[in-house]
Amino acid sequence: MSNKKVTGKVWKFGSDINTDLVIPNFAIYMKREEQPQHCFVANRPGWVDEVQPGDILIAGTNFGVGSGRPIGDVFVDLGVAAVVAESFNGLGLRNCVNAGLASLPCKGVLDLFDEGDIAEVDWGTGEVRNLTKGTSVTGQALPQDIQGIVEEGGVMAKLRKEGFVT
Amino acid sequence: MGMNAIEKILAKRSGQAIVKPGDVVVVDVDTAVSFDAGKPFIKKIHNPDMLVLLHDHMVPAPTLDAANGAKSMREFAAKFNVKNYFPVGRHGISHVLVAEEGLALPGNILVNGDSHTCSSGALNCLARGMGPSEMTYIMCKGKTWYIVGPTTKVVLEGDLPEGVYPRDVIHYLAGQHGDFAGRNLEWYGPGLEKIGMDGRLTMATISAELSVDFSLFPYDKVLADYLDGRAKRPFEPSFPDDDAEYEQVITINLSELEPQVVLPNKVAWNSKPISEVVGKRVDQAFIGSCANGRLSDFKIAADIVRGKKVAEGTRFIITPGSQDVMRRAVKAGYVETLLEAGAVVTNSTCGACYGGHMGLLADGEVCITASTRNFKGRMGSASAEIYMGSPATVAASAIAGVITDPRTVQKVEELA
Repeated sequence: MSNKKVTGKVWKFGSDINTDLVIPNFAIYMKREEQPQHCFVANRPGWVDEVQPGDILIAGTNFGVGSGRPIGDVFVDLGVAAVVAESFNGLGLRNCVNAGLASLPCKGVLDLFDEGDIAEVDWGTGEVRNLTKGTSVTGQALPQDIQGIVEEGGVMAKLRKEGFVT
Repeated sequence: MGMNAIEKILAKRSGQAIVKPGDVVVVDVDTAVSFDAGKPFIKKIHNPDMLVLLHDHMVPAPTLDAANGAKSMREFAAKFNVKNYFPVGRHGISHVLVAEEGLALPGNILVNGDSHTCSSGALNCLARGMGPSEMTYIMCKGKTWYIVGPTTKVVLEGDLPEGVYPRDVIHYLAGQHGDFAGRNLEWYGPGLEKIGMDGRLTMATISAELSVDFSLFPYDKVLADYLDGRAKRPFEPSFPDDDAEYEQVITINLSELEPQVVLPNKVAWNSKPISEVVGKRVDQAFIGSCANGRLSDFKIAADIVRGKKVAEGTRFIITPGSQDVMRRAVKAGYVETLLEAGAVVTNSTCGACYGGHMGLLADGEVCITASTRNFKGRMGSASAEIYMGSPATVAASAIAGVITDPRTVQKVEELA
């Protein structure tokens, strides 16, 4: 039994979900606690009021394309339990992992779910199950060392523990 | 099987004989670039000499928060005695500045808290953007990790026709091949030999919009000449092995290209030949950013607007990539020509490109831009539409007030 298994309700997004949608330009310099309420305001206004802690984001290709904006922090603060996408932009993936957010590239995941289905994501092995429909697909789990960053709660937690930052 | 130029840098800096796609490598970082605000929470730093600190997005400070951020950067630079700190007055957009200052070097590994860091790939420097927490990690530890991605070799053949620019080449690649998420590009071919450093830096910068991890250009005569007398340290360029492995080879015949415009909201799979979009009315035309804020971009714009006026109802804003670009553009007379045409020439900053300051778009407005991104809401209102084109396309459109093919504009010297 993997301890890297999360179960939650699915929110479905398309391809090319970019950083400017997650953190709009007017919110870049806001305090971290103020940023999440503006997530997806341009493409899906009202979503932040509906998403619940433990929910899972399913997205298409090229997730997180764009800037260095710390999108992972926003999703963690909104309580998102995992992001599973057909493919990730490299920087978007790093920003999710570095925030301690379970992340999984997984081809075929978009077709596996309808919004509102219940997903079980094992980001340790890559297995993704649709518990509502009884179907599954296997993604490409991140290398162990990188899963380790998620397990430690992200890079800032690690640096704090090691005394590098206050 | 041999390694390509990207894999060879990763192998060398991770202390391994061979790396291949799928490997995870931990590498020593040569240079870490950070902007606009200090990190007062850092107690220990790995090596202050690897840092480059500067001001670009919010300069001169347009808000009180930005002013306090800039102050914290000055304090951070002083606290750790950072040599390569560029205060306001010697400022520039980070990617423009590190190239000009000879701080992004062949065979090196460079990181920066901004996503367009792959810009320095034009200098044969393995460079990518990082998020804020990871920049903190690298400043503290001097190391980072990469998953080695598969690499596409792009071979350029032929010559760019009149009115077609490096910016059009990278738009064409995005339109024909979409995104390269988790992958790399290496650029070669006889067509590249005639593309100068400004053009290469444009293509490397916009590679970020194709979602690449790295976009690496060769160390050739053009690059060697650029670095001569400029490089701040000795360096070892990276060349691919003769039997280097590539995921695919894409050949582009430059002589067959026409200007390419990217339509609003995303870059991958979203470019059109300009003939399909001419005539679209524009409220704002913008040239600037780490993609197109260099001297040759000023020259292109000045040559097009010379003796003409910006269309009524259209704003034309041009922003240099650095103080040095500004100084040289003034000296060459480009700034005067632009001002006479009714353009606004701003201070060097990331400014309008990211919707920060100095040129935001109002609700429902249309912009044609030679900057980095066309995302919804990127440059201001979420209901504004952002088209992207070469600096020539932007300048021609500013004069006409509608998206215009620069090949159809008669230049003043041609009329004389």
